[in-house]
Amino acid sequence: MSNRNKFHFKKSIITAAIALSAGFFYSCSESGARNQSLPILGEREAVEREVNGQLEVDTLYHQVPDFAFVNQDSQRVTQETVSGKIYVTDFFFTSCPSICPKMKSQMLRVYEEFKGNPDVLLLSHSIDPQHDTVAVLKDYADRLGVQSNTWHFLTGEKDSIYDIASKYLVAVQEDGDAAGGGFTHGGHFILVDEQRRIRGVYDGTEEASVDQLLQDIPVLLNEQQHAQN
Amino acid sequence: MRKTKGIAVVTGILALTTLTQCFTEKQNEGQRLYEANCQSCHMEDGSGLRNLIPPIASADYLQKHREELPCLIRHGLEGPILVNGQEYDRPMSGLETMRTDKITNLLNYIQTNFGNNNERYTLQEVDQLLESCPPHQH
Repeated sequence: MSNRNKFHFKKSIITAAIALSAGFFYSCSESGARNQSLPILGEREAVEREVNGQLEVDTLYHQVPDFAFVNQDSQRVTQETVSGKIYVTDFFFTSCPSICPKMKSQMLRVYEEFKGNPDVLLLSHSIDPQHDTVAVLKDYADRLGVQSNTWHFLTGEKDSIYDIASKYLVAVQEDGDAAGGGFTHGGHFILVDEQRRIRGVYDGTEEASVDQLLQDIPVLLNEQQHAQN
Repeated sequence: MRKTKGIAVVTGILALTTLTQCFTEKQNEGQRLYEANCQSCHMEDGSGLRNLIPPIASADYLQKHREELPCLIRHGLEGPILVNGQEYDRPMSGLETMRTDKITNLLNYIQTNFGNNNERYTLQEVDQLLESCPPHQH
């Protein structure tokens, strides 16, 4: 009998402990989501200006410049396309034998999660635009099962693509090395906000890093919503 | 006399361990080769990528085209193929310089993992199958 009581006692303690820790966990994650904000990445510049004789300092954040590319449906994709939206971007090429398939399998997770949300876009730039024509990108997107117009596979002027890659802080390079498919590039996913500022850099070949991206997107969406209200 | 027996036993155990180690090493070679050469496209679990990259896992192609596989590993392939009823059309690069024993280990790993339970190859068999596709002169 005393054994049984002991057991009951133990059980109730465990239950209480679980309830308590669950409560903690809940409160933490709730307040976390509300207060959490993402850093603004890249170089910043302090600009001084005079307002009514007073010197004021503005911070200029690194911003992705205007761009113009063409997607898998031959549509022009520019800064207008992403205006008022947040987006995730990466650099790849369709004949890439190294990290691209892994990156695309991870980007598919992001696509599946947010394809119903028109405020979240995905922009995948080809760094081999000569080979990756609109038709090639169309076939690639179709075979990936991408139907929604939230994921743009982009081609265009090679110089413009390489130039914008550096603005996203991603290293891309043509190296003529056959083993890597002739190009080297970072496997990063870059999260960009409404003002085209970089808010997160993730490793597109690592599941855990993409888990983080999936958590960060709602945080950024939340921030933008509050900014609008 | 007793001492000699003891030494013999110890030596025997040592030899056995070394041998087993060698075999384990060889067994893992297929897996290591897969990870180094195939995994980035066909994925850790052999599932491939949607309709772009065909699966290795439970792929009927491995049985239907068993005899072509050694040459396919060596020279890669181009043009459409049918795997489990789905058409795939992406070029695969070959492993031109891979030795016959390694091709054998790689293929046996693929044929007996990822849910596949297919017949293994012998070294002689792979050697014979590779005769039809000698390495390109570089």
